[in-house]
Amino acid sequence: MSAVPLRRLRVNPILCDGVGYCAEIVPELIFLDDWGFPVIDPIPIEDETCLRHARKAVANCPKVALLLEHLEASGH
Amino acid sequence: MTAEVMTAGPPVAAPATASRLLAGPAWSAGHERLAEHCHRLGLRPEGGEWLLRSLQDSGLGGRGGAWFPTWRKWALVAQRSQGRSVVVANASEGEPLSAKDRTLVELRPHLVLDGAVLAAETVGAREVVVYLARGARAAHHAIARALGERRDAGVSEPPIRIVRTAHRYIAGESSAVVRRISGGPSKPQFAPPSPSQRGIGGEPTLVQNVETLAHVALIARRGSAWFRQLGTDGSPGSTLMTLCGNVGRPGVYEVDLAAEVGGVLQLAGIRSAGAAALLGGYFGTWLAADTLPHLPLDAAALGEGHGASLGCGVLAVLPEEACGIIEAARIVSYLAAQTAGQCGPCVHGLKAIAATMTRVASAEAVPADIDRVRQWMRLVRGRGVCRHPDGAISQLGSALVVFADHLGAHLDGRGCVKRHNSGFPRPPRSARGWR
Repeated sequence: MSAVPLRRLRVNPILCDGVGYCAEIVPELIFLDDWGFPVIDPIPIEDETCLRHARKAVANCPKVALLLEHLEASGH
Repeated sequence: MTAEVMTAGPPVAAPATASRLLAGPAWSAGHERLAEHCHRLGLRPEGGEWLLRSLQDSGLGGRGGAWFPTWRKWALVAQRSQGRSVVVANASEGEPLSAKDRTLVELRPHLVLDGAVLAAETVGAREVVVYLARGARAAHHAIARALGERRDAGVSEPPIRIVRTAHRYIAGESSAVVRRISGGPSKPQFAPPSPSQRGIGGEPTLVQNVETLAHVALIARRGSAWFRQLGTDGSPGSTLMTLCGNVGRPGVYEVDLAAEVGGVLQLAGIRSAGAAALLGGYFGTWLAADTLPHLPLDAAALGEGHGASLGCGVLAVLPEEACGIIEAARIVSYLAAQTAGQCGPCVHGLKAIAATMTRVASAEAVPADIDRVRQWMRLVRGRGVCRHPDGAISQLGSALVVFADHLGAHLDGRGCVKRHNSGFPRPPRSARGWR
């Protein structure tokens, strides 16, 4: 029952060019596939450090392809 | 072997045929005229909130392939509409083995248009768009004639226009439909926003398959209890299916969803048990021949028992002498070529899978290649903006299970002695563009 809404990382695969910074910044949640595109663990991020890394990855994606989405607002 | 399969269980399968959407004049008469349509079915009631409840009671699921509850999709658009939304009657039918949508539009355009107008009245849409593949000339002709008849008769309804698109496997995906009608290419888009949030012209958009709309036109007139007289609790009503491959009379059939695959195959004339069948088209599932006779069409039975779905209603029977591995490789290669080219995992993953499977098909691969294919299949799942990669690997994954015994011959140097021609209709050549 955390007061802060849970978030998870998601990539917009249309914008993503496989630059790969994200996998270096959040290796705990992202690895690159055989073609250099990020595979993201879709779990809700609870750990503070992990969330800080995730935010940094979002801010550093040169294609603006990475987003942190609120789990309630995921559209499902 | 054939005799064994045929004598298992009751000697004659329950009749599978239904006559609702395709009731009325003979097929040879072409499209049903407005006067005959109104005389046969009576005037259509006006849509509204009552229809939403009726659709909920009916249990109607979307016939584009996902079987999503129709009333829910409508409710999402209705609550955001405020009189400014768009309804799209989707007849683009990108699945190469399916012919049911364009056949329905060719024969019963007024049933489809009634359903689309009912949808517009119910969600509060200001416009209806009929979305067709450019190659479906007869369907286009029928809709254009039907629209003329309605105008001449002074039918009171929102404006209806036709938008056509180049044939592409994914041109009918709802966000691709929105993009094409907005003037762009028929390529899927990232969500959010989904079409029901922000679609054509920024307005909430309901993209609904034409067969679903035709069912709505009948449910509105006859009620949800009538609809449920056919089918099962979980899969009520009738549905259109396209039967092809190793059957005596390939074509489009309307079937009772309470039926079994064996009964459906009898309609089209079984030639022999066949090796296997592909249910649901290129995004579908291969099923072994011995499971077919008593396989229910019911969604829960198909899903829980076999990991399969009726999808868009295609049932393609592979003859015993044909090679399922070759056909599966051919399909995945086609789908790899049909990528919109937008998402890296789909572009590169399907390409790698297709290239390796092509070598497997021609028996130039080793067992390690199949291990890599399986690994790539796990890797690409869910990683496109649409379900294209997921669908492509669903078909291939089931082929590797159903044809597991024969797969060995492709990998250990024995080579495949089966026929390379599946007898399935070949996909149309796609245009270069996306419009």
